[in-house]
Amino acid sequence: MSRLERGGRIDRGQQISFTFDSKQYHAFQGDTIASALLANGVRLIGRSWKYHRPRGIIGDGAEEPNGLFQVEQGARTIPNVRATQAQVYDGMVLRSTNAWPSVQFDIMSVFGLFSRFLPAGFYYKTFMWPAKFWMGYEHIIRKASGLGASPKELDPDHYEKTNAHCDVLVVGSGASGLMAALAAGKAGARVILADEQEEFGGRLLSSRARINGMSSTQWLQQMRAQLSELQDVQLLPRSTVFGYHDGNFLTIAQRLHDHLPLAQRKGAREKLWRVRAKQVVLATGAHERPIIFGNNDRPGVMLASAVSSYVNRYGVKLADRAVVFTNNDSAYQAAIDLADAGTLVTLVDSRVDSRVDSSHDTASDDARAKAAGVKIMHGCAVVNVIGKAQILAAEIQKISADGKSISGVVQRIDCDLLATSGGWNPAIHLFSQSGGKAIWNDDKACFETGKAVQEQFSVGAANASFALQDCLRQGLDAGQRAAAASGHQPVDLDLPTLEKPESTELTPLWRVPNMGKPGHGPKAFVDPQNDVGVSDIFLAAREGFESIEHVKRYTALGFGTDQGKMGNISGMAILSEALGNKISDTGTTTFRPNYTPVTFGAIAGPEIGSTLSDPARKTAMHTWHQEHGALFEDVGQWKRPWYFPKAGETLQQAVDRECLATRASVGIMDASTLGKIEVVGNDASEFLNRLYTNAWSKLGIDCARYGFMLGEDGMVMDDGVTIRFAEDRYFMHTTTGGAASVMSWMELWLQTEWPELDVYLTSVTDHWATAAVVGPNSRKVVSAVVDGIDFDKDAFPFMTSRAGTLLGVPVRVNRISFSGELSYEVNIDANYGRFMWEQLMAAGADYDITPYGTETMHVLRAEKGYVIVGQDTDGSVTPHDLGMSWAVSKTKDFLGRRSLLREDCVRDNRKQFVGLLTQDPAEVLQEGAQIVNHASDDIPLPMIGHVTSSYHSACVGRSIALALLKNGHQRFGETVQVTTPDGRFVSAEISSTVFIDPNGERQNV
Amino acid sequence: MLLIECPYCGTRDESEFTYGGEAHIVRPLDPDALNDVEWADYLFFRKNSKGILQEQWNHSAGCRRWFCAERDTVTYKFKSFYKVGERPVEDEA
Ligand SMILES: [Zn+2]
Repeated sequence: MSRLERGGRIDRGQQISFTFDSKQYHAFQGDTIASALLANGVRLIGRSWKYHRPRGIIGDGAEEPNGLFQVEQGARTIPNVRATQAQVYDGMVLRSTNAWPSVQFDIMSVFGLFSRFLPAGFYYKTFMWPAKFWMGYEHIIRKASGLGASPKELDPDHYEKTNAHCDVLVVGSGASGLMAALAAGKAGARVILADEQEEFGGRLLSSRARINGMSSTQWLQQMRAQLSELQDVQLLPRSTVFGYHDGNFLTIAQRLHDHLPLAQRKGAREKLWRVRAKQVVLATGAHERPIIFGNNDRPGVMLASAVSSYVNRYGVKLADRAVVFTNNDSAYQAAIDLADAGTLVTLVDSRVDSRVDSSHDTASDDARAKAAGVKIMHGCAVVNVIGKAQILAAEIQKISADGKSISGVVQRIDCDLLATSGGWNPAIHLFSQSGGKAIWNDDKACFETGKAVQEQFSVGAANASFALQDCLRQGLDAGQRAAAASGHQPVDLDLPTLEKPESTELTPLWRVPNMGKPGHGPKAFVDPQNDVGVSDIFLAAREGFESIEHVKRYTALGFGTDQGKMGNISGMAILSEALGNKISDTGTTTFRPNYTPVTFGAIAGPEIGSTLSDPARKTAMHTWHQEHGALFEDVGQWKRPWYFPKAGETLQQAVDRECLATRASVGIMDASTLGKIEVVGNDASEFLNRLYTNAWSKLGIDCARYGFMLGEDGMVMDDGVTIRFAEDRYFMHTTTGGAASVMSWMELWLQTEWPELDVYLTSVTDHWATAAVVGPNSRKVVSAVVDGIDFDKDAFPFMTSRAGTLLGVPVRVNRISFSGELSYEVNIDANYGRFMWEQLMAAGADYDITPYGTETMHVLRAEKGYVIVGQDTDGSVTPHDLGMSWAVSKTKDFLGRRSLLREDCVRDNRKQFVGLLTQDPAEVLQEGAQIVNHASDDIPLPMIGHVTSSYHSACVGRSIALALLKNGHQRFGETVQVTTPDGRFVSAEISSTVFIDPNGERQNV
Repeated sequence: MLLIECPYCGTRDESEFTYGGEAHIVRPLDPDALNDVEWADYLFFRKNSKGILQEQWNHSAGCRRWFCAERDTVTYKFKSFYKVGERPVEDEA
């Protein structure tokens, strides 16, 4: 064990055990996976993605790129769990993610030997060509570098969601977040304090700073106690605020039991909070960044702040000999922490003795470090580390003041730990998500938050104020201001005092220059997770990439699960160097949700399985259809019978039978799903006049008319038959899919443009169940069960409607047709739908009444050339294109009329609606197939149209098709060529769209 | 998610509403008086302004009333909500 004798926030009384790659280890309650492995002396924890180089833990938080583990097995397995953020529990089972067959012996590390041949863009350059090899390459690459495995079984856990409102949401519970929450809470504001860690405190959990004369641990305890006394302060540890959306709407993933042994887990695994906050305080801290040098990815190279964490918070004895390499003051504390823990420390500061003039003399970091026994070298840099699976020594040279060149003899210092700090990147992810723009600060060498776009404050390290005294002050201030802004009277709170102010001075140094040319010498990594090196970024620049967004995609910089928290800013700085730009001109990238990965379970919550999809709408006759073997198809949200196969029948056989039976005797179809809207009021006729292409004022009572609805652009939007029930009352049919949008369309015009019209709309689609009884025997069937209607052909003619009763229940019978046959649509209160259907079936038994579904309906209407809006039209088709000018009034205005006169709508060569008859009657064209004039023309062949509907028609005895064809109405009788899926061209003759009963006699009998 | 104030129901989540594009586009009373260019201007062309835009919203999963709003297209912040037929209240300054 590499554990210090004392200290840390681990519970040494509670030893637990876990396995990593089948080997058992011990840890203490309070350890993360990372601290537990380090305390066991495990440095090599995985292999890198591209070169399979050995990798170890670098950080202690969300920025960690290497420490990714497969946790548990079977249904509960979780890929890519970040070792620095997950608490270890008794019995935990871990596997390394990125090694095959094992972390110690990795076949794929042979890639590393060829690293010179795997530069940036290697996928694009090598593996994409020739294309047919890609599949083979991909197989090997995926196996070699797969980032974890997802579970194959159903997730046994369940997840919750909750909505919350608060005055102030504080994100992050470090020094600034705690102060903000306390200040706002004391003022009486309703506060939510959320933090991703196991306990509150942020970086103070790893700090030895003294606040108000106490240790930071004691101060944290006091703060937590004060906060928990406030009733309106909700404390959410283990809760990651991962999204910041418009209207101060934030999403939080709260992990309820991932930290517990499997047997102790109860209830929901995670809870997703959807929070509306009046004010938001972003106290999200900052991520330390490394200085980049040769072989900086070797296990044992860590961030300085992470070193302090492992020593102070987890009591890990990290090393006997360490080198701390920094360009700023903050890393001095890591050197002191190490030295106090018994490590022999050399501190390499790239700055040329910057503290000679330092004003804070004996209390200075410099003096304190020396007092702790740290050897300090100024004006030097680590250029390389020695060692593979574990570092053995650091190589150090002089570095010029501008950081551009190195010189002098290489000094080798033995060490088993190298802590590095290149400064800090504020965690501005949520600020950026909120719509705020990040601004580059040259002095602090980091992006900082610009002007807040929403009701929000950024404080502390998230606001590029890294020193503890500034964090405390800004947190207090923001808490008071947020409370005031949400209507509460701030109360005075004392600003905590520190023994000494922290210094965070820094001289930017992004990478240690290499003696050789870029691309030679040891590899220096910017993004360890994706194996992006300094040389890759230089290569991208040489190859002409200038935008950071392009360079990211070319090199894969920042595309790992850490989303570039470790390397992106450094990568941008190095790109600036390569391009000779200023960093502020190279730009940053926009951070998008989610801040860290969120489980699908948390996002889905309880809405899984069938509740995940749209609600299914079923007609009143649905159960009858099911009982009689119907197969269903989805039409919008509706489940509609598709066809009713008899034993052994194929789709085509069933449809042939249904079509023939209907035209020979009688068929019955459930038409309940057609949209139905009642249009009522003194101005109902006027309204329909404006809405439809045809005129309505003169339509008689109980008479029906077919109408087109156009968009204002003149294109067909919907169609259907509308019936006049009374002077001021119409019953409108819409298409099944268009019902809701037509209703909205009508409301829009009534409310915004014509509010003076006295019209009321009611959607009655679900109120009525409708059976279409179709065929020469339909009159006999319907008249047998419906009373109170004279079914004589002249007394109840085509395109009229009558009210009657069916065994005493009121019905409305419409004599309209979508098949060209004699046909009655019987409407009844939906509660009687199945009853009506059964009565009609019984009455039709003598005529072999045949139920049919949407497929037969499609064929029957296509045989008559009736359009289906949305299938035969596509938003670019006018009624004239459809050859239906008869439905368009020339004497009144209506929506879309003016557009029909636009130049484009009256030009020649528009696509027009025609029929197609293939030369081979057995050939059924593919719907959507392109049409050309001559297959032998030069490529590219001009496309002159496409097939919109195509079927085998049993009634016609051959295939039939409908198409939109350029200038089609002038080309009847000509032959065109139609493509087929198997690459042939098929000859077809342009015909009328009506294939049966061209004079329309059958529906008028 | 935006918070939207329906003038009839009060403040609700964005998910209850449908966007209806730019407001105050009046349908010409006599479309035939317009040439193709003028008609196309009514039909297709919108301000697409950067900054405050007056737009239509429908409380589609609520009272189903259309209303108008002024919204900043850069920050997405609403400035005012008002009924169809009304005009936004001018700033005092
Ligand atoms: Zn409303």
